[in-house]
Amino acid sequence: MNLFVDAFFLQAGYNAALVAIGAGLLGFAAGASGTFPFLRKRALISDAIAHATLPGVGLAFVVMVGFGGDGRSLLGLIAGSAVTAWIGLLVIEWISRRTRLAEDAAIGAVLGVFFGIGIVLLTVIQAMSAGRQAGLESFLLGSTAGMLFQDAIVIAVGGSLAVITTWLMRRPMTLVAFDSDYAASMGYDVRRIDLLMMGLVLSVTVIGLKLVGLILIVAMLIIPAVAARFWTDRSTSMIWIAGGIGGASGYLGAVLSASAPAMPTGPIIVLVAATIFIFSLLFAPDRGVLAALFRHRGFQARVHRRQGLLSLAAQHPIRETYTLRLLAREGLVRPDGVPTDAGRAQAAKIARDERRWDVAREFYQDAGLTGRYDGLTPIEDVFTSDEIAEFDRRLGPPVTVRGD
Amino acid sequence: MSRTTQPEIASELGHAVGPAHAPRDAALALQGLTVSYSEKPAVFSVDATFNAGGMSAIVGPNGAGKSTLLKAALGIIPRLSGEVRVFGKLLRNARAHIAYVPQSASVDWDFPTTVLDVVQMGLYRKVGLLGRLSGQAQSQANECLDRVGMADFAHRQIGQLSGGQQQRVFLARALAQDADLFLLDEPFAGVDAATERAIIGVLKLLKNEGKTVIAVHHDLATVRDYFDHVLLLNVRRIAEGPVETAFTTENLQATYGGRLAATHLDELAVADGGR
Repeated sequence: MNLFVDAFFLQAGYNAALVAIGAGLLGFAAGASGTFPFLRKRALISDAIAHATLPGVGLAFVVMVGFGGDGRSLLGLIAGSAVTAWIGLLVIEWISRRTRLAEDAAIGAVLGVFFGIGIVLLTVIQAMSAGRQAGLESFLLGSTAGMLFQDAIVIAVGGSLAVITTWLMRRPMTLVAFDSDYAASMGYDVRRIDLLMMGLVLSVTVIGLKLVGLILIVAMLIIPAVAARFWTDRSTSMIWIAGGIGGASGYLGAVLSASAPAMPTGPIIVLVAATIFIFSLLFAPDRGVLAALFRHRGFQARVHRRQGLLSLAAQHPIRETYTLRLLAREGLVRPDGVPTDAGRAQAAKIARDERRWDVAREFYQDAGLTGRYDGLTPIEDVFTSDEIAEFDRRLGPPVTVRGD
Repeated sequence: MSRTTQPEIASELGHAVGPAHAPRDAALALQGLTVSYSEKPAVFSVDATFNAGGMSAIVGPNGAGKSTLLKAALGIIPRLSGEVRVFGKLLRNARAHIAYVPQSASVDWDFPTTVLDVVQMGLYRKVGLLGRLSGQAQSQANECLDRVGMADFAHRQIGQLSGGQQQRVFLARALAQDADLFLLDEPFAGVDAATERAIIGVLKLLKNEGKTVIAVHHDLATVRDYFDHVLLLNVRRIAEGPVETAFTTENLQATYGGRLAATHLDELAVADGGR
């Protein structure tokens, strides 16, 4: 526990602090730039992009060694991975636009083929220069060991650029994600905006490769956006909420993995994000599972109460025990089902409202107002008291409901 | 996205099937417009002229290419050949004049946005990337919502709207664009009677302001009440002109084939001049 507190306040050593800050920044950038691909329902393209980075990592290494370099320069590897990831993205785009294949087929094909090529390259490299253990396989699952200050700078600069671009382009990207035909009719170049959206994902992917690894980076792009959707109904707020969730997951995940020996950073980050997602799924107000459950229960109770009172008004027996229990709890019926005075009054009121609705329907042919009848909305919410008085004039004197 | 057209080919086709050139002052002029998703044209060599200030219906059976024609005229889908002119200009120079109202079923209404946000989308071009949506823009959007009777719904999440309300919001978004030419794709599909009246009221007001309205329309019974100009389409142009002369039994028969009962047709169409 002490280790966790130390790590949380960046007191657990230079490397741990660097990793925690880097992972936090990366998480924020990933969450923010993953928002629009998620809203465009193209989140899975980011998985193909991530897998398409691997051949680039291998090729960049070979090229750098060929020119007499070390081969492990992070910027060089990032550049290489960005090139093949971009090619993968264009191939997906081309396949789904120009052939009869659907996008999911294109994603599957590109993901598999590019990853396969990457693995072959890595295997060859390891056989070629065994002495020069490049550690390229750490790009698969990520590694925090030996993270340098300059690595954190790369994440900070690249991540900031991705977030700023997302913010600047939020309007065109919102338009394209919501209604691409309309965007096109206004003269926006939908294809370019789509490429930009995925280009942002690509840049976050390549700068996060070394830390989180290409297999799990997709989770940092998608999960924060999915979780953020539970907390807001505005796409622009989603950018920041997803960024916040991503940043918190990155930071907390890195801190957790630093506070216990042999805990893999990337997977822990993803698990923290998943925890936030599950919490959001269950407990978010309005869109959460529990909120929906309570809402449904409340609705059910209102329907039963209304039906029960209508039965009382019509002097029909109430057979459903749930309805009886509801009415009894409110003191509207006695346990044996006989209405109390309060129950009779309520039933009379509701029966009268039903007849008022009947008059309203004759009165206003317009479905705009009478269309709001759903058996539950109080008539006072739809019509003014003057209008209701007019209905009553046509109805005649009130009728009392008698008990048995 | 919008590929360059080949004027030679287009004009040749135009010569073969229609007038030699489209009038340059028309709000929307299509010439030899052909659109194809595969090897089979969805719209073939259609000429049509929609005059400024008119209220036009594009009518035809399912699969006749009505929506496709509209989308191609807007450059949303590429055209195989043909020319589109908006107020005499090429499409890319006329974007500011056009407002499009897509079918409301074409988008995901669970998208995280509010009614007011959607209407403000109509202002994005004017405001630009960095511009703030000022108080003026807000009040402009609210005013557009008011015109379609949706002012009370400004801050609702769009997922809570009924089909008719969704359609009104899309119309308000188009109004916010302050365009001269309004292209609507089945604005009355799946809406309640009150919404239909509200929408046609707004459209007629637009016409009175001198705007041009063109709508894909599927309800033959209301064509005569709502519109003054009609394009009967079934892949090809069957007929086009003022409703009184073009919306005839004969032309409807030619458009719909055996799909409409003859007795029904007589009720709908304008009596043929010859009879």
